Amino acid sequence: MTAPDVHEDVRDRPPVTERRLHPVTPLRRAWAPVAVLIGWALHDPDQAQRQLTRLTTTTLLIGLAVLIPAAALYGFLTWWFTHFAVTGSELRIRTGLLFRRTAHIRLERIQAIDVTQPLLARVVGVAKLKLDVIGTDKKDELAFLGADEARALRAELLARAAGFAPETAHEVGEAPSREMLRVPPGVLAVSLLLTGATWGWLLVAAVVVPLLWTATHSLWTVLAAAVPLLGAAGASSVGRFVAEYDWTLGESPDGLRIDHGLLDRAHETVPPGRVQTVRLVEPLLWRRRGWVRVELDVAGSSNSLLLPVAPRELAESVVARVLPGVSVPPREALSRPPRRARWCVPLWWRGYGLAVTGAVFAARHGLLRRSLSLVPHAKVQSVRLVQGPWQRARGVADVHVDTGANKSVTAHLRDATEAAALLHSQAERSRTGRRDARPDRWMA
Amino acid sequence: METGSPHDTGTAGTGRPAVPGGEEPVWFALPPGLLRMRRLLLVVWLGLLTLATALVPGLLAGPVWAAFALLPLALLIWGWVLLERNWRSWRYAERADDLLISRGVLWRQETVVPYGRMQLVEVTSGPVERHFGLSSVQLHTAAAATDATIPGLDPAEAERLRDRLTELGEARSAGL
Repeated sequence: MTAPDVHEDVRDRPPVTERRLHPVTPLRRAWAPVAVLIGWALHDPDQAQRQLTRLTTTTLLIGLAVLIPAAALYGFLTWWFTHFAVTGSELRIRTGLLFRRTAHIRLERIQAIDVTQPLLARVVGVAKLKLDVIGTDKKDELAFLGADEARALRAELLARAAGFAPETAHEVGEAPSREMLRVPPGVLAVSLLLTGATWGWLLVAAVVVPLLWTATHSLWTVLAAAVPLLGAAGASSVGRFVAEYDWTLGESPDGLRIDHGLLDRAHETVPPGRVQTVRLVEPLLWRRRGWVRVELDVAGSSNSLLLPVAPRELAESVVARVLPGVSVPPREALSRPPRRARWCVPLWWRGYGLAVTGAVFAARHGLLRRSLSLVPHAKVQSVRLVQGPWQRARGVADVHVDTGANKSVTAHLRDATEAAALLHSQAERSRTGRRDARPDRWMA
Repeated sequence: METGSPHDTGTAGTGRPAVPGGEEPVWFALPPGLLRMRRLLLVVWLGLLTLATALVPGLLAGPVWAAFALLPLALLIWGWVLLERNWRSWRYAERADDLLISRGVLWRQETVVPYGRMQLVEVTSGPVERHFGLSSVQLHTAAAATDATIPGLDPAEAERLRDRLTELGEARSAGL
């Protein structure tokens, strides 16, 4: 959604007020050169030490005297030349000192709005605002705005996107949010302890490190192997705990609100009718407690988690809110592939299942870590039937359903006749399912 | 409007289950130009390879070694047959509300794209394709996984298809 230049007719309209980002913005990249230096020093300690001893105070001072003003000037200029404006139908971001770039982001195409506050930004009291539209990237986020300003801007953008008149959109204010669910830290911690990934990494570390030590007796080799392994284990346990801490799911007329984070806080808003796919994931060790993890796909957005952990009934009620008119099909409703499918995928064929209801295409896969994907018929972009030679010999075929979030949901190893019927009936449902979908401007 | 349908399709439905609750759609096959082009490319490249594998070992190491050339030659003959089977497997049908594309011999694939989901229709034609008077039509939806390309169409047919698809897409347009 970018256009190289402002259109001719735009100039005739009343001028829009352009705003600048928060004045602390130039500092956001300040840590980058320091991080590069530290990274280089860690990567090659001997060389770094030699270079350090060669540095005299004067060279150091001269270097600082040149570097700091240059960095400051660069930061200031990029801030000075970045403007944004909200018009009746779009958000315009104008950046660039040498290479000018104007992004026009159409508000009715909004898939999600995220306001995030990294730890340092929380200390300073600023926040990033990002509009998720298909095709936007990192450059199109507004970083940084004052925290209150970001919230007011989000409310205004959502009001305009919802179809309120431009004159009143400013005063509509934030839509009231009703809390649906809050994940207690204890449950989150237990759920992460019961996740296989952390233990898997620790196990690998417990095997690899002693083996390497007996084989090489070199401390550096062992460290080089152990640090990434333990880092991966930490990221999948502590890292996830910190990111998913205090997960709160709210409901408002503007759609779903997801707030989470211990150090970095993130506030995501997904307007109604933007969710393309919902997945209920059930790891093996969670099954006894009846917990599930709910993931979602929104086109053009990188957010993919709806609920890190929740009891199944609660998760199903949330899914019913997220996808109106959809109920999660019970386990018995999912039909397995025919028995002869075991020649195509031994053992794991038992994990496959499919249920098609009036509102949703639901396919399950996975034997230990079960994952049930739900696609509302209205979100299906195309349907494909794929049959390899081995599958044809067994009389089975796969049916893929493609959604706008660049994900496909696959019904694996269906009976060939059933698959062919499914292909056409699914295309038909996809076409008709759109009729009772809500408009893009949800309040209009 | 004349459309390319050299080998038609009443018989092509063998082994495929009929469309439930509806009549079998009218399938169009690809014009023979695509097969000719692909075979020519195959003969040119594998022919050169055959010559090279025959001459280089034959001259350097003795005439017996020229037998290496049998390998690309076998590949050439196999490819010649394969290309025809593949070309025969391609077919497409315009139904009232969606486009069907069916292809593949061993890995069979059938795609259905409702017209309302089309974001963009693209007609492309490379230099070799242009020489043979061919162009391809590609359909894009919001899903990148949608793989709906019809190669080797007659340019007039490609344009007709593009116009019709755009027209139908506009009439039935539905976003994400």
